[in-house]
Amino acid sequence: MRNELRRLIFLLLPAGIFFAGFFLLPMARLFFIGGSGKTGWAAYAAILTDSNYFNSLLSTLAVAAATTAATLIISGISGVFLQRNRFPGNGMLVAMLTFPLAFPGVVIGFMVIMLAGRQGLIGQVTQALTGEKLVFAYTLSGLFMGYVYFSIPRTILTVMAAAEKLDPKLEEAARSLGASPWRVVLDVIIPGLKPAFISAGAICFATAVGAFGTAFTLAAKINVLPMVIYTEFTLSANIAMAAALSFVLGAVTWIVLALARTAAGSSVAAAG
Amino acid sequence: MTGTGKPVSIALANCAKTFADGTRALEPLDLAIHAGETVVFLGPSGCGKTTTLRIIAGLEEPDAGGKVLFDGVDVTHLPIEQRNVGMVFQSYALFPNMTVAGNVGYGLRIRKVPDAQVKARVSEMLAMMQITRLADRRIDQLSGGQRQRVALARAIAVRPRALLLDEPLTALDAKLRDTLRLDIDSLLRSLGITAIYVTHDQAEAMALGDRIVVMEHGRVAQIGKPREIYQRPATRFVADFIGTMNRLTGTARDGVFRCKAGAVAWPEAPATATEILFRPEDIRVAGSGEAASLQGTVASAFFLGDRTRLFVDVGEERPLVIESTARRDFQHGEAVGLAIDPRGLLVL
Repeated sequence: MRNELRRLIFLLLPAGIFFAGFFLLPMARLFFIGGSGKTGWAAYAAILTDSNYFNSLLSTLAVAAATTAATLIISGISGVFLQRNRFPGNGMLVAMLTFPLAFPGVVIGFMVIMLAGRQGLIGQVTQALTGEKLVFAYTLSGLFMGYVYFSIPRTILTVMAAAEKLDPKLEEAARSLGASPWRVVLDVIIPGLKPAFISAGAICFATAVGAFGTAFTLAAKINVLPMVIYTEFTLSANIAMAAALSFVLGAVTWIVLALARTAAGSSVAAAG
Repeated sequence: MTGTGKPVSIALANCAKTFADGTRALEPLDLAIHAGETVVFLGPSGCGKTTTLRIIAGLEEPDAGGKVLFDGVDVTHLPIEQRNVGMVFQSYALFPNMTVAGNVGYGLRIRKVPDAQVKARVSEMLAMMQITRLADRRIDQLSGGQRQRVALARAIAVRPRALLLDEPLTALDAKLRDTLRLDIDSLLRSLGITAIYVTHDQAEAMALGDRIVVMEHGRVAQIGKPREIYQRPATRFVADFIGTMNRLTGTARDGVFRCKAGAVAWPEAPATATEILFRPEDIRVAGSGEAASLQGTVASAFFLGDRTRLFVDVGEERPLVIESTARRDFQHGEAVGLAIDPRGLLVL
């Protein structure tokens, strides 16, 4: 028994050291630096009271939530389709989908500008059609588009892997009981893909909250938290505020994901 | 009324199935299933029995020219969700995100039956399948036998026009299989529903079927009542697939069939017969002083309690299988005389 415990501690040691060294200690330090500025611990309160900080926190979460929702819908539909339908070029298409995974945020931002920027494709088309140039690359909409673009590949791959494991007999059973194709999606396919949606959605949300390169490229009017942190840190040299914002960004993301997981878990238990 | 609506008669006309990769799963098939009848499709895997079931269910469409009729009405192009057939699968196919009661009531909720009626029908179904106490359980908390009871209750709850069962007992262990087989039998009798049951297990087929359709390589080998199929198999395949068949090779002349181990008196023996077949119950070990038509030596003997299964070497390719109820021991290598009942002899 004693040996067993000792072995367990020994086996957990590498992970423990890593966790402490790269997560607990820096987070603690970050937390204390956040309270070490001119205003002291009020820096944390400022995030809620200063409308500039608070709005950027809200828009960061809003863009991340919208990105997650849009990505899950698009990837859910295409992932199931790509898994179920074999057509010439299917494998090629799936392989191509992994392209954006390798792009740095700057490249994604550049592509958004090419599409929806002042000289972009959408601008040219809308000008030719309506005489008015539609430009949204430099706003939250542009950021949203870029995030959706690079979130889709990994989400589709996760959905495809999960769709492969769905039991086709479940769908046949539902249909035999009179379920229309739409009801089958609602009652069988979506519940079956739910674990994949939760894990892919969590990664998607966290990535969108923290992504910086794309926002930096589009810059201008975008006021998301990673940008604010960068500004505080480099331009204002307000290290305490940057630290406080970073800590809150991490904590809020963690809380949102934990809530999402609990909600999903309890709804599974309630339905089952 | 625990039953269903009026049972439906089902007819297949010229139904063939070729899959996209060119495999012919089913040769053109004509079949009439009477209302309220239990028909068992029996055959080894890949014989086309499941494909036929899926065509009847509406999960597959037959090749052009094939027709499926329910009570004379063409339903060939009607998808399964509009055919009102109950299905039971080998893998149970219960919805893991719903409770037992949720599964059983699913079809009724789809039909927008008022909640109170759904509840009443669900408890009626659970009581009928003796699983009332499981109503609020999650599916992953059930044993295989319980799952299949839930699946049956779910299929019957909507009062389907026909019940289609695809190897429903195959995933269960032997003892459970026997109990559930009895329950399914009494269920089908009491409902009076038209039922189609697919299996590769001949014992299940014999026990449950009003008629059995034996299939081989996408073709029907024989259709008949269990007794007919067992006693008068139409082909060698049917004879071998159902029960145990003994064979003796030799020649027939003047009402006597001669083989290596002796001669069997058989007045009706066709002169062209070079091989005769018979079941283990039509041959027995002759008592002392009794005339034996064949002589053999015991190759192995298995005491099964109520009887002893003997494998007796008679110089043929395969030893004869004999079920002896005699209260005595058989020794390996013992010489025995054998008597055959000529009424059980067959030539194919």
